Amino acid sequence: MGGAAGGCLLRPGPALLTAGPGGGGRGPARPLGVGRCSVSAGDVAPAAPRPGPAELPGPSTHAGVSGNHFVFNLSLSLSGLSGKKRLLRAFSHCRDFNERCPQCSEVNWGLTDGGRFYCRSCHNVTERSREVVNTDFITNSRVQTISKGSRKQEKNDGGCEWYICEGFQLVLKKQVEALEALGVCPQMKDEILCNFWRCYLQKSKQAYCKRPAGETVKALSVCESSTDVDSDPERPSLLHLLSLSESEGDLQTDCSFVSSVSKVSESTSVCSGSVDGSLYLMKNQKEKLRMTMPMTLSFCYMALLWVREPITLSELLRFVVEGHIPYLNVFQHFPENMRLCGLDLKIFCVESWPVYEEVFNKMHELAAFLDLPRFPDITESCFLHPDMLCMKYLMEANLPDELHNWTCRVVKKTGIGEVDFLTLMPGNKSTRKVKYDVLAAAVIIVVLKLLFLLDDHYEWLLSGFAEERNKNNTEGGPYFEFKKWYEVVKHSLDVEQKKLDEERAKYLWRCEKPLFYSVKNKSKVLKRRQMVVNLQNQFGKLSGSVQRAEKPNPSSFQLRWSEENTDGSCFHGHSLKGILQEKHGLLTAMNPDYWLCTVKLCNEKLCGHLAHYREVEFPQSYHFVLGLFSFLLRIQPSYIHDEVCMIEHKLFNKKLSKKLKYNRVLRK
Amino acid sequence: SSDEHKLNFRKSKEACLSYIQDALLQKQWKRAAEFLTCYVESLEKDYSREHIGPSEVIWRIGTEIFYHSQSSMKEFNYFMEQMKTLGVKRYLKVCLEHIFHLLCNGQIDEAYQNLSLAESWRFGEQTAVQDKEMKLIQAYRGLLDYYSWSKQKNILLEHGEDGFSDLAVEQEMHGYFRKAAVNLKEIIKIPGVWDIFVKCYVDLLEFYGDHNEAHQVLNEYAYNSKFPANPNAHVYLYQFLKRQGESKKTLISALKILHDIVPSHELMIDFNTMLQKSKKRKKRRMGLEVIFAALDYAGWKENAKAWSCLARQVKQIVISGKHLDWIKQEWSSRKDWWPAFHFSRYLAKRNWQENKSLSYEKALVAGILLGKDCKYFKYVSHQGCKAQLKRFRMLKKFVNRHNPAYLRISG
Repeated sequence: MGGAAGGCLLRPGPALLTAGPGGGGRGPARPLGVGRCSVSAGDVAPAAPRPGPAELPGPSTHAGVSGNHFVFNLSLSLSGLSGKKRLLRAFSHCRDFNERCPQCSEVNWGLTDGGRFYCRSCHNVTERSREVVNTDFITNSRVQTISKGSRKQEKNDGGCEWYICEGFQLVLKKQVEALEALGVCPQMKDEILCNFWRCYLQKSKQAYCKRPAGETVKALSVCESSTDVDSDPERPSLLHLLSLSESEGDLQTDCSFVSSVSKVSESTSVCSGSVDGSLYLMKNQKEKLRMTMPMTLSFCYMALLWVREPITLSELLRFVVEGHIPYLNVFQHFPENMRLCGLDLKIFCVESWPVYEEVFNKMHELAAFLDLPRFPDITESCFLHPDMLCMKYLMEANLPDELHNWTCRVVKKTGIGEVDFLTLMPGNKSTRKVKYDVLAAAVIIVVLKLLFLLDDHYEWLLSGFAEERNKNNTEGGPYFEFKKWYEVVKHSLDVEQKKLDEERAKYLWRCEKPLFYSVKNKSKVLKRRQMVVNLQNQFGKLSGSVQRAEKPNPSSFQLRWSEENTDGSCFHGHSLKGILQEKHGLLTAMNPDYWLCTVKLCNEKLCGHLAHYREVEFPQSYHFVLGLFSFLLRIQPSYIHDEVCMIEHKLFNKKLSKKLKYNRVLRK
Repeated sequence: SSDEHKLNFRKSKEACLSYIQDALLQKQWKRAAEFLTCYVESLEKDYSREHIGPSEVIWRIGTEIFYHSQSSMKEFNYFMEQMKTLGVKRYLKVCLEHIFHLLCNGQIDEAYQNLSLAESWRFGEQTAVQDKEMKLIQAYRGLLDYYSWSKQKNILLEHGEDGFSDLAVEQEMHGYFRKAAVNLKEIIKIPGVWDIFVKCYVDLLEFYGDHNEAHQVLNEYAYNSKFPANPNAHVYLYQFLKRQGESKKTLISALKILHDIVPSHELMIDFNTMLQKSKKRKKRRMGLEVIFAALDYAGWKENAKAWSCLARQVKQIVISGKHLDWIKQEWSSRKDWWPAFHFSRYLAKRNWQENKSLSYEKALVAGILLGKDCKYFKYVSHQGCKAQLKRFRMLKKFVNRHNPAYLRISG
């Protein structure tokens, strides 16, 4: 079933996704044709037109250069312009309206429904209308920003005004650039991720929309009010700022919000480097799906899935942990004058590794939130199709290529290879969300159970027979011996696991650019940082290894087995003869039995799991196999177990409903 | 449950610490240093009010690693200076540790300098909180002053022999005395074990003839109930009294307490000797008790002196025929384990080979306590006679003659 041919494509090469300049590395090392479809403009349309052409700078911007590249624009134009203006310019290319009001000489403009500027200080309506700028934006642009012409462009400390969403945008930019360097298709950045992001900004009412009036002003006032206003006459007073607010009815809630904040951290002034940091954290944004650091990875994964890149989520997260994709300390790449402090730290400072489940679930929430249409089909030729992934994992688990026939049979029988099963349909609650990598691993485990039973007895029995046969048999490929395989893989796994555990303990979390909560403790933080560096140098010398190990080249494979090794540690070419028998011209397993992991599945929506895995209740061999894939995918064994249960129930659905009242052992 | 397995900063550092501890237990100093290199990051998140936070861990473990690594003192000093800035709450402890390290490396002057610096440290309330450590710092400075005094004294004594005295050196010496005496006097007022300080202070006092003060200090050190029980306190007192030529009675009462605390102390030989010579029966009896008790301890097993003390007293009693009941009483609690402990045939063989006079004394005791048929006595007397040694023949005769005594003891 195409096992051999496909296998060649996926041999553990130097790197499946070589890091090269631009897309250059995507040449020979890449499994061409596997999983990646060509991305045409038609494919990516959903991000742009979804919210309706009138609201997003839709098709027209789609073709326009600046629209596609706004991800760049933001960071390039950071210096000099105030945050608001930058954002505005980047999104809408509209011009500032900086003139003073002829009546009261304030610069505080709002827009009327008719698209004309009016002065919010004296309610004088001018003749000037937005038509001059861009009609698309009359109803959607962030009008508030126009009125901030009077705001100082630079804060006293030399930092500039910036918004949380700008921060996340920079993070996304860095991440997608890293992905590009790893070899994903170059369109992903400008045509896919960029449009997802724009769509998100609009849906979450951060841009391209009518903002709730005065929101940012209030955020600012909160920020200012917590510092000593009197000492700084340059800054607008709290009252002055509040007077800018249109809906003074909210004043009360804002004040209580200030006090609650100061209770949280009394020692430090609650402030943020960003304009809206405090508001971002405090406001109940349930309806908005607030952006978080793990969600940046959800964005990346969603884009990867959209273009059907040959990267699984577990791989993506591994690349993050290995440092190939910026995540931890990504703020160090922020421009110098984009200062982070106070509450910004809570948003951008990451102190844990991303978790599969979280990124996965958020991605689905996000896809639904953005109202995305059905994703491009996952067909048999896609990398994420279980037949493909099984091939990869069989290879990585050092199992015989022949098993691929069996995984394909299971995939076919259970229907989990169907396009409708595999393709993501955002917001469809009736279908189960597919974890492609976990699913493939589970298929392999089910196949192993079918052939070897994995009851801590039968697999050793078969192994004994194979050993006997191998003694007498000198011709052809050797028979697959479960015992030998176990010994070889177990040894490698132990070594790698130990290495990983030590790496986790040795993981360096901090970067050279330390963050400080407030200016007050800046010098203290810097001193600490210096001391840490000094101590690291000292003990580095004592340990005899000043040089830290360089990060490994990114690779799709964590375990490598080569048939060129003559030590017989590679089982890819081993044969399943002896385990199989021919019946009616069809190969079937010698093993007539099967045990189910569970007879009844749990309700995943209610309890979060399909099944419950307790190590002691299952055979050691089964646990070993789960552990192996748990290591490869870097997720908990119980998640793979869930998936195994799901496949089993699909596979034995008919028999199960009939025989449920009997015991757990089923005859095939 | 995913949170449980989520690797975060704290968990990563906890794992790191346990790797460090493993490496330390296995004396893999380099490996420990390697992990500590990664652990130091936790300083940047040290907001904890835990009893032992990362900074203390780094100080303690780092010092240990430095101690076992080939690194220059310069590096170590640099490390210590950083540790001092890291924790005001244990500033003086870190200083002390640093000073010990300097002393161990023979850098007396640097140690003295550091002590003076530490003494002048002021940090608001913290100075008061670390009062005890400050006293220790001062005491150690006193100790180093004593060391200088002692050096000057030796110079003077040498010169004195040449009939030549140097006034300047003498003045300097007296200066050291004053500085040392002030600080040493302070520390020994506080209840604690201050052996080294007490010894030095008493030495100073004795040199300048202040015997009353010295006596008082030693008395206080030995008998003040606020101080922890300390055998050395009684030893120092006894030695002082002996130097002063005090009466037997005083000496005996000093050693009596030592006997109560440490029955196996080496001074028990002196004690027994004194008691044996006493005219009072009670004291002689106590002497027997003392020597029996000492020999209960494995450390005395092959001490010929102790055995000769016992042999002498036992012999005396047997010859005089009086007070056999004393022996009987001491023996009754030991007769079921001493034979295996002291008088096995194996020991007889080994003692004979290694130390003839030890085996002689032991054989005498064995012969009287266990009779002429006991293995130890039989082997040793046989070997002695074979080697034609006169005193062993005498021994055999003596035991045979006094066999009835054995019967009375064992009966």
